[in-house]
Amino acid sequence: MPGNRGHLITMATTIHEPVHVDAREKSSPALADSGGRGGGRFVPEGGTLRTLEDRSSSPTKTGIWVVLAAVTMSFAALTSALLVRQGSGNDWRHIVLPPILYANTLTLLVSSVTLEMARRRFARTVREAAGDWTESLRALYGTLALGSLFVVGQYIAWLRLRADGLYLASNPTSSFFYVFTGVHALHVLGGLAGLIYAAQRLRGSRLRRSSLDAVSHYWHFVDVLWLYLLFVLWTKL
Amino acid sequence: MHQVAAHHAPPQSFIRKHIFSLDHKVIGKQYYALALVAVFTGMVLSWLLRIHLVWPNSPIPGLGWLSKVGAPGGVITPEYYLQLMTMHGTLMVFFVLTNAPFAALGNYFLPIQIGAEDMAFPRFNMMSFWTTFVAFCVLVASFFVGDGPALAGWTAYAPLSALGATTGPGEGMGQTLWGLSIAIFCIASLLGSLNFIATTLDLRARGMTLMRMPICTWAWFITSCIALLAFAVLLPACLLLILDRVAGTSFFIPSNLVVSDQLQPHSGGSPLLWQHLFWFFGHPEVYIAILPAMGIVSHVLICNLRKPLLSHRTVIYCMMAIGFLSYMVWGHHMFVSGMNPFSSLAFSFPTLVITIPATILTLIWLGSLYGSRLRINAASLFALGFISMFVSGGVSGFFLAQPSIDIYLHATYFVVGHFHLVMGVAAIFGVFAGTYFWFPKMTGRMMSEPLGKLHFWLTFLGAYAIFMPFHYLGLAGNVRRYSAFVDDYLQPLLPVHKFITFAALFTGAVQLIFLYNLIHSRFWGKKAEDNPWECTSLEWTIPSPPPFDNFAGKHPVVYHDPYQYGVKGAAGDYVMQDSLEVSATGE
Repeated sequence: MPGNRGHLITMATTIHEPVHVDAREKSSPALADSGGRGGGRFVPEGGTLRTLEDRSSSPTKTGIWVVLAAVTMSFAALTSALLVRQGSGNDWRHIVLPPILYANTLTLLVSSVTLEMARRRFARTVREAAGDWTESLRALYGTLALGSLFVVGQYIAWLRLRADGLYLASNPTSSFFYVFTGVHALHVLGGLAGLIYAAQRLRGSRLRRSSLDAVSHYWHFVDVLWLYLLFVLWTKL
Repeated sequence: MHQVAAHHAPPQSFIRKHIFSLDHKVIGKQYYALALVAVFTGMVLSWLLRIHLVWPNSPIPGLGWLSKVGAPGGVITPEYYLQLMTMHGTLMVFFVLTNAPFAALGNYFLPIQIGAEDMAFPRFNMMSFWTTFVAFCVLVASFFVGDGPALAGWTAYAPLSALGATTGPGEGMGQTLWGLSIAIFCIASLLGSLNFIATTLDLRARGMTLMRMPICTWAWFITSCIALLAFAVLLPACLLLILDRVAGTSFFIPSNLVVSDQLQPHSGGSPLLWQHLFWFFGHPEVYIAILPAMGIVSHVLICNLRKPLLSHRTVIYCMMAIGFLSYMVWGHHMFVSGMNPFSSLAFSFPTLVITIPATILTLIWLGSLYGSRLRINAASLFALGFISMFVSGGVSGFFLAQPSIDIYLHATYFVVGHFHLVMGVAAIFGVFAGTYFWFPKMTGRMMSEPLGKLHFWLTFLGAYAIFMPFHYLGLAGNVRRYSAFVDDYLQPLLPVHKFITFAALFTGAVQLIFLYNLIHSRFWGKKAEDNPWECTSLEWTIPSPPPFDNFAGKHPVVYHDPYQYGVKGAAGDYVMQDSLEVSATGE
């Protein structure tokens, strides 16, 4: 049967008698256990009508990039709103950013480093089939603590602003400060939820590589996003 | 193995099976049902608007009960007219035109057409529907609060939408609920788009290359990309709007604004900013409604033409081009909003450019009709009707794309006629075509063809009877958004309005035929075969209705591009996508 199919390829432009569909099941044992998910490489043995290669990744991996695209778009919208708003009225007041923001920035940067440590240790444990997750789990908890510390720090920054009499509606700059930091903090909280999920799965030795990768992509993104927001706040407010 | 493997066994309990189901087919049907409820609600609202326009002083029975303030004794006040109009627009655009062609039919058929057993993230999929449902409830709840729903239009222009109760009835709680509902809807749509994109990219069956995906799969995929970026912008915009309303910020409210003799305590905001953010979402939204319809219509048409379209790839590239260009034209909604005239020019140009891919698509559809053996049935009639509506509504777009003409026509019924034909009716015709086409697959029963054809002809003529005269009214200078035409120069136009109202009542009533057909066929229709239309794509290789995991544990392998029709020497005149038969094109 495979030989027969090879013949079909070379004559692909002519019409042949219909091949029995059952032939596929019999002659392609490799397809049965492939899972068929994720596209994979399409090279049915014995040759077929066309050799196709399709490099699909896991949905988790794709999904996280899709999420990041949407978040990027949201903050692009907020940034353009800030630029338009700055030019539309004459009530733009400059404010001094609470110094604790810089400490928070450092905290978040370090948390990215600890997460990367967790990821590498996870990969090493997988590679060595050691089955001992304590090291990566410890780094994951460290990330979790630093991330939470960041959120607390941002809250303290809000309190400092309030102490200066700057509330959400006081002036456009303080409005944007609260909106930017608030929306970003929500995204950090989402990341913390992801970290907790990853830690839970890791404790039960059920964490998939793709999940950890997705969480860390997201976390690093939120980190870089914060650097960007800090730059915008620092130059514009 | 990815997440889809986690729920291989079908759920047994009623709640997991029919309510909080993870099955994309159930979720698709739930979206469809929600869209049906929304479309009939929106339609009844449009009836109320039309009746009020021609008989402004006649009481409408029962309406006084719905709103004592808005319709005392059943007579609609001017404000309540705007509130009903706002709700009509919001329901139709968000809960019908976004949900029915994209979320409902896409959810059901995208995974099957690519050979997957479910969406990539079934839990997100379930959350997406139920979040939409919450958004719907919040919106409908605004009918019953204080002085009724929002009146700022479905576009919610600031500062009217941003100020609060001082600006009129409905602008208190009603408008806040509107903002909340739309924000929730954004989250739901983002989750849905995430699922569509990841599923299309990662869960395709073996051999299902991107170019082997059916055109409607492509349309849903492109739509999900557009929706992802569009709703990601509307969400922060809604956040800022709600903050302006409840927290006293001034993002969209300018300085020294006096409303109802009161100086508003806001300063420096930009009403144009809201319009920019809104239309940056709003124009792509038009294509979120129409692209899936284009895909469905292509799919249905090809099957009934019994031959592929003139160029499969060109159709896909045109849809991509439309999706891309849809992000560069939002300013054409703002020609009369006080934008810099140079920006008007910059937005006018891409608006005209977007007609090129749209025209190519139309020519491909029409050109493919030539020499075909067209099978006339309800689905193919609605597909052809879509083309007719799309062309008729699209042609007036040429006029409106040019600022000099748009300035005259913008605030008139011309615009109403334009977007109802091209976005509303055309997209709904796409949904009808898809429904008649896929109903046998979804339920295992056939819909009544005679009733379907009757539904088509009456709807087709009715829709033209409603929306064509709008163009005439607009050219005659009839302004839109007025609740009654008391000005002298509008009096002579009243007969036209009467005609439109009768046509609207008639065409709306005709939809009961569809509803009857839908429900009756669901339970008592003729049993459907697996492939009643002799179609080639993967959804027709499985039983009707499909089993829980679509392919019953098998993994389909795809050997052909999706439209192998008119193949000589094949068993029928077609070759299924997963068949090993060799076709004339050798793909």
